[in-house]
Amino acid sequence: MGIVGESGCGKSTLLRIASGLEGLTGGGVLLNGKGITAPHPEIGMVFQEPRLMPWLTIRENVAFGIRALPASERQSRVDRALERVGLTSFAAAWPLELSGGMAQRASLARALVEQPSVLLLDEPFSALDALTRADLQDHLADLWSEDRPTVVLVTHDIEEALFLSDRVLVMRGRPGQIRAEVRCDLPRPRDRAGATFQALKRQILAELQHSVGSRSTVGATATPAGIIPFATARAG
Amino acid sequence: MSSSERLLDTGQPGPISGDPIVGAGVRRAGWGWLLGLILPLALALGYEAAVRLGWSNCRLLPPPSRIIATFVALAASGELARHIAATMGRVALGFVLGVAAGTILGALTGTFALARRLLDPSFQALRSIPSIAWVPIFILWFGIFELSKVLLIAVGVFFPIYLALSAAILNLDRKLIEVGRIFRLSQGAMIWRVLLPATLPAYFVALRTGLGLGWMFVVAAEFMGASEGLGFLLTDGQMTGNAPEILASILAFALLGKLTDWGIVLVSDHVLRWQDSLRPRR
Repeated sequence: MGIVGESGCGKSTLLRIASGLEGLTGGGVLLNGKGITAPHPEIGMVFQEPRLMPWLTIRENVAFGIRALPASERQSRVDRALERVGLTSFAAAWPLELSGGMAQRASLARALVEQPSVLLLDEPFSALDALTRADLQDHLADLWSEDRPTVVLVTHDIEEALFLSDRVLVMRGRPGQIRAEVRCDLPRPRDRAGATFQALKRQILAELQHSVGSRSTVGATATPAGIIPFATARAG
Repeated sequence: MSSSERLLDTGQPGPISGDPIVGAGVRRAGWGWLLGLILPLALALGYEAAVRLGWSNCRLLPPPSRIIATFVALAASGELARHIAATMGRVALGFVLGVAAGTILGALTGTFALARRLLDPSFQALRSIPSIAWVPIFILWFGIFELSKVLLIAVGVFFPIYLALSAAILNLDRKLIEVGRIFRLSQGAMIWRVLLPATLPAYFVALRTGLGLGWMFVVAAEFMGASEGLGFLLTDGQMTGNAPEILASILAFALLGKLTDWGIVLVSDHVLRWQDSLRPRR
């Protein structure tokens, strides 16, 4: 599931509430019928930045959350996670030695190693350059296809949301509300240039545009035309 | 697997070897430090020559050879070792006390807002007192023997440790704390696995500053009246007009200060080896 929306509409806050990092003022988050009010082992989280502990090697960072497991189990899980994100040969490196894309993959491995049934991704690739980002999106799709956790991806990159999600929720307004849901059942791996893909992308753009249009009474700067280059630039 | 291999290639070039900055660092680390010796050696040799040629009165400013001879004589008689042991003992004890107090109170005020509001203003006020100003009252309170000396050194060591640790905890990256929360670390595990390693770089810098101040304050402490110690050697040299003895003890201070500082650097280089990934490690 992908969540897109303009900045400041509460996408990240929603995710932080779902992860149990932030408290609720009303409503609730349910996982298998149980309320989530604090971080939970079944819920993994990847932040916008890698957030690796700089004093731990990549291997130690990936193992950070599974201290309680027996050593042999820990070892095999970390080996596997590192292999899955392609960082096996960097296991002994320090985070400061890694590029942004590699560090973010290590961060993904750290979340995967706990084998969560829900994976929350908070704009995980937005700080990366376009090439690395596209590669990591491919990679995430591969990883997902292996054991298919529920993934909630918050992003402002419409193409990224469409490429990875079965459902894209469009969030807008202040306070933020889910205003539209766009379903995407294209076969994987998806072709970013395909006609249906592009049509869905236009549909989501229109939904976002709509939200800006409704606010355009505030000032002339927020014209619908103004949002399109912004959104496509992000998607490129 | 194919996609991950592709990913490896497209990763941004990281600061791995081959970087020009790294190369420059390596060259500097080779023989570059010898450059720093040229000026003091030239001055020493120049003055030595000036004295030998009779251009300079050597009574108040003895030539390097006399200073070294005095140093060697003091060392040979065992007297130097006795003074060094006394001074080192005071510095060590004061350092340990100051570090312990600074660590405990710095951790306390860094972690708990109530402790900070309660204690920090007082410590900041005390910190602005030049520590030498404590000498007379310390003598009145703790006598002229070891206790007052050790406590004076501890006061000097305390403040940099306290300030650095308190600030390091306050400025801790919330983002790393959140990672700890996602993995449901207990309070203790959070301190041990996130807070402690994150504050270590600042802590080691503070240890070096604290030790430097410890050496400074031991001189002040030994000026208060001591029967042994390098500070005593200094005052003794002054009383007896023995300039070589003063300069020899200054030399001893320089060597000891450098050696102990180097010890901390060695430990910190090992503990903080994750920091200098710009330098080649192998």
